[in-house]
Amino acid sequence: MSVWLWIVLAFVGMGVLAWVGRRVGQMATSNAPRFRDMPYGVAFGYVFAAACILGGIWLWFLPGAVFFRWAVQGFVLFAIAAFVFRLVFRHVGTAATKRLFRAMPLTAAFGILVIIIYAVLAIFAGAIAPYGQSEILGAANVVPGGDPAMGGNPLYPLGTDQIGRDILSRLIYGAQNTVGIAFVTTLIAFFLGGSLGFLAATVGGWLDQLLSRAVDVLMAIPSLIFSLLLMTIASVWADGEKALLTVYMILIIAVIDSTRVFRLARAVGTGIVVMDYIEAARLRGEGMGWIVFREILPNAMAPLLAEFGLRFCFVFLTIASLSFLGVGIQPPLADWGTMVRDLGPFINFAAFAPLVATAPLMAAGAIALLTVAVNFVVDWMLQKSSGLKE
Amino acid sequence: MSTVLRIILQRLALGLLTLVIVSIVIFAAVNSLPGDFAQAILGQAATPEAVAAIRTQIGLDDPPVTRYMLWLYGAVQGDLGISFAQANFTTFTGSSNNVTVADQIAPRFANTMFLAGVTAAIAVPLAVTLGILAALYRNSVFDRAANIFTLSSISSPEFFVAYVLILFLAVLNPILPSLSNIYADMAMGARLKATLLPALTLTLVVTAHMMRMTRAAIINLLASPYIEMARLKGISPLRVILRHALPNALAPIINVIALNLAYLITGVVVVEVVFVYPGIGQLFVDSVKIRDIPVVQACCLIFAAAYILLNLTADILSILSNPRLRHPK
Repeated sequence: MSVWLWIVLAFVGMGVLAWVGRRVGQMATSNAPRFRDMPYGVAFGYVFAAACILGGIWLWFLPGAVFFRWAVQGFVLFAIAAFVFRLVFRHVGTAATKRLFRAMPLTAAFGILVIIIYAVLAIFAGAIAPYGQSEILGAANVVPGGDPAMGGNPLYPLGTDQIGRDILSRLIYGAQNTVGIAFVTTLIAFFLGGSLGFLAATVGGWLDQLLSRAVDVLMAIPSLIFSLLLMTIASVWADGEKALLTVYMILIIAVIDSTRVFRLARAVGTGIVVMDYIEAARLRGEGMGWIVFREILPNAMAPLLAEFGLRFCFVFLTIASLSFLGVGIQPPLADWGTMVRDLGPFINFAAFAPLVATAPLMAAGAIALLTVAVNFVVDWMLQKSSGLKE
Repeated sequence: MSTVLRIILQRLALGLLTLVIVSIVIFAAVNSLPGDFAQAILGQAATPEAVAAIRTQIGLDDPPVTRYMLWLYGAVQGDLGISFAQANFTTFTGSSNNVTVADQIAPRFANTMFLAGVTAAIAVPLAVTLGILAALYRNSVFDRAANIFTLSSISSPEFFVAYVLILFLAVLNPILPSLSNIYADMAMGARLKATLLPALTLTLVVTAHMMRMTRAAIINLLASPYIEMARLKGISPLRVILRHALPNALAPIINVIALNLAYLITGVVVVEVVFVYPGIGQLFVDSVKIRDIPVVQACCLIFAAAYILLNLTADILSILSNPRLRHPK
């Protein structure tokens, strides 16, 4: 309980310090506008920020705080990388991309950089990874870091897992499997939800009612719960066939997620259907396929693209969660959710062997990094398209 | 007032209808399984006579509509059937001490509610306060840092947040236990301590979203003329937000809180598994793995019911707090 007492005391202390600091500032500068008009909250903010920076410096030099140092180093490294990336593309490329990068916030640059790295890893996983994804090598439980004195091995820079598979290779193949499967699933969900949504918007009437009510019912069940229920059934159907189960998982998540796409596509579609050019196309005698794919789709592209990014994140997180729970992507394939579950217990060694505990965090961090990156990019795109300047 | 009552009754009826249809969907999904429950209980080596005996015992020979009605009738009365994992051949052929699904779920349901309650008690005041602060100091360093932090914690998977918290609060600095060992007659303090780490994980995930919405709801209002007027009168920015903007932003904020509590229901599954918290989510995942169909069915129904209920509450509250919805044209 003493910890909480310290936290409360620290906040009270900062509060007093903020008031005293502002007062001293007012007296020392004989009421300069900067101090005279400073709200208390701002003064507290300065004190709080100073405390955070001091605390950070103190933690940095604390011998035990290895993870904090790694986190700060990683953060600074990524920030520098994103800055350099943005700087380079401000001067390289076509006029349009140069203009795009000139007005880009650092977070969006970071997001694009991370997405490119993941895409390269996923596409060329076979060439980049030093070993196969399910290849069982000589030694199990090799410590990451590659230092023989600490129980590492330079052949396996990130160590090996409990049954001796190279963690670095599995992380790289994980990009291919987890990201690839999530991408395919999102594509199917968009194809399904998008075409049905546009169809409902164009045809209207009973078809629209039928589809909309069906979607309402499916959306009334929380998606992770529903996919777990359906995965139980699929696992009986698949009857031990692991590859088949993965295919079922893709279909199940695609169908569940297509309901959200359907909603958006229908809403955007009904707005477009009443336009004059649709009327003109109908009078020309165009078929339903032409109207949906050649008239409505191009005009609904912008909102659908932003939605694609968000949907991808949701699908990706759902698949990772399912795999983490043990019913998602199946064992011979390397994937991040399963890796977190398998390597999770290692985190208990963090106090005396920090390197050992990094393995599950790296797999979970790989998932988090990609979703954060995609969200940063989508956030920036939405901000740009809505023209929010506040 | 009568129109309001009518609208609310309409919504309630609609919610009930949705729940019934959802239960049909769940029942239909489970009943589309190849083979049947009797085979599943007895395993591969069962004799045809034994399978037939159990089929008649649990009424698998009835047509699906009858079985659905019986299941729904039982479920309404709290009888959710018998768990496969706890059942074996003898329990079906005479002995009376069957472990029902309801017996299994009831204590765990209370645990999950406790976890959700603790989370809500921490998350809601925190999110609203932070949201108001972010709106007050918008576009400052604080706002931008909060934006990056919330966006990151929304998009991280729950188990990543959970492991990071375990790393810092349980392993490196042993303040809280990393496994939630909860048993029936536990002292309140110990119980709270064991629940705190999962609750903090859920708080981090949920707070981010609520805070962003609170900020957006308040900032939306700050452009309106009456806020301009209040500002021109010379009221302090905090007072403008608390007295003038917040009451009008309350509707979307309440809505977002209810929706996030509904989101908690999904988040609770993963978090309970990470912390081995004996709640309904963990039971659900375990049952999914061993294909204990009656338990899966019952948990799914409970989750769906809670989800629908919270969404309904959000819907009704937003109608009540908005005069334009209260008196539709």
